[in-house]
Amino acid sequence: MVPLSHYLILSAILFTIGMMGVLIRRNVIIIFMSIELMLNAVNLTFIAFSRFLNNLDGHIFAFMVMTVAAAEAAVGLAIVISVFRNKPTVNVDEMNIMKW
Amino acid sequence: MEIIAPPIDLTGIMPMIIIAITGILVLIIDLFLKERSKNILIFISLTGVIIAARVSFSQYGGIHYSFHRTFVMDTFSVFFNLIFLLGTALTILISANYIKREEINHGEYYALILFATMGMMLMAGGSDLITIFLGLEIMSISLYILAGFRRTKKESNEAALKYFLLGAFATGFLLYGIAILYGVAGSTNLKDIAASIPGRLFDQKPLLLMGMALLIIGLGFKVASVPFHMWTPDVYEGAPTSITAFMSAGPKAAAFAVFFRIFIDSLGNMEPNWNVIIGIMAVLTMTVGNVLAIAQDNIKRMLAYSSIAHAGYILVALVAANSLGFTSVLFYMLAYTLMNMGAFAIIIILGNKGEEHLNISDYAGLGFKRPLIAFAMSVFMFSMAGIPPMAGFIGKFYIFSAAIKAGYIGLAIIGVINSVISVFYYLRITVIMYMREPVREFNPISLSPLIILALIISVWGTLHLGILPGTIIEFARKSTFAFF
Repeated sequence: MVPLSHYLILSAILFTIGMMGVLIRRNVIIIFMSIELMLNAVNLTFIAFSRFLNNLDGHIFAFMVMTVAAAEAAVGLAIVISVFRNKPTVNVDEMNIMKW
Repeated sequence: MEIIAPPIDLTGIMPMIIIAITGILVLIIDLFLKERSKNILIFISLTGVIIAARVSFSQYGGIHYSFHRTFVMDTFSVFFNLIFLLGTALTILISANYIKREEINHGEYYALILFATMGMMLMAGGSDLITIFLGLEIMSISLYILAGFRRTKKESNEAALKYFLLGAFATGFLLYGIAILYGVAGSTNLKDIAASIPGRLFDQKPLLLMGMALLIIGLGFKVASVPFHMWTPDVYEGAPTSITAFMSAGPKAAAFAVFFRIFIDSLGNMEPNWNVIIGIMAVLTMTVGNVLAIAQDNIKRMLAYSSIAHAGYILVALVAANSLGFTSVLFYMLAYTLMNMGAFAIIIILGNKGEEHLNISDYAGLGFKRPLIAFAMSVFMFSMAGIPPMAGFIGKFYIFSAAIKAGYIGLAIIGVINSVISVFYYLRITVIMYMREPVREFNPISLSPLIILALIISVWGTLHLGILPGTIIEFARKSTFAFF
């Protein structure tokens, strides 16, 4: 059996990759994908703990996270499209009308 | 592994059900309405809010758990529910004419506000991390849409995108914190987590601290505390003004309700570990908010920084972590909702279609041309600055006395100094209104009976809470019995 720490380290690595993606990449869609990666890393943590603790709460939580991530994706992509209609760009550095 | 089906007990979530049904009704009825008869939606939503407030108020007193202890209706959550419903009602009143003027008069607007309110009530009453997370997301997703509701305006688009990306990013941190806390404590129930922490403080302290830090990041973003505040001014400036008013009152109060419930109810045993971090955050939040507010020319941006500063004062009460601190927060959130809504109502009144007149110099001479509106604006500004006899003064007074009572004298002194700094930019508006010659014509086209009603409620509330705060303070003090 794979020990718990392996899962936790993997999910921490995935979370960090997602976080770096949000901070470094400039394309809205890729930033959004990185956020999804962070959420999935969290799901992995939940499932690993749930299995390790022999407790169902983590499973339920992972389902909730997936549902919310889907809702968030729908709204997020709609926002990206409405931005794109007024200003045809997906580069976040060009979203700079408001500063300070 | 054993699965227990929770008994269905709907009494605890009755106010939320009412709000949700009202929201769905608004969506459906909107389909059958012509453009000019959309005023009906205002009255449907207001009726729903008032009924929900009535039901919520009748549940005051006692602690009522439902859904297998994932949701609790205690005095604390009822008080917060009443604050949210007041904020929602005022938002509906001030938006009626505004959304017609900006040509965004769609039924979804009211429905989304109601759904966001439902999310906030779920947050305030959540006694399990699952319900808290769900409430937070119901609220946030509705707000992402509302921030970008003026689809044809670039500012609104940009505000929605920034809010969405940073909000989802912060949700990731919050969830990771919850996951780690779940792993350490073996449960997502707040009370169970609290019960398991003393035994885990020795062998699993690093994990606990990591989970706590991630929770502080996630919640710190939602309440707009420094250093997680960068989204606030942009989103507040770009969002429709009525939504800015809504966001700065209800959702902020809901995030604080969660912040308090998690950190006192379940991480209360770890107070020595978090009070320094939150204390530093409180100092930074107050100082950065107030200092940057001085430099603003746009009144919506100025109020955004001022709302950051107010979040700092409330964090001081969290650090104090005593009964007086909680009382003061409940009182302060109520006062802040009233005065902030009032100020935004005036911003809406003074704008026209296309040109919103958001620059502070646009207020020059308002005192001569429109004495009553200028008087109301001065009441709100004095109250936010914390000058007696306004509500803001009583709120700040109680918060700083709570800090002193808990032994954080330095924190109280920094808070008072910040309060003095804030007087500068609040009074600047009053000075401009009364001591400069008018530079433009004031032609308030948005002055409808509804917005006047909202203004009267806000002015009356701000003065009443400042002059006769006794009943509300007593009510707030009783509402903290759930914790102390």
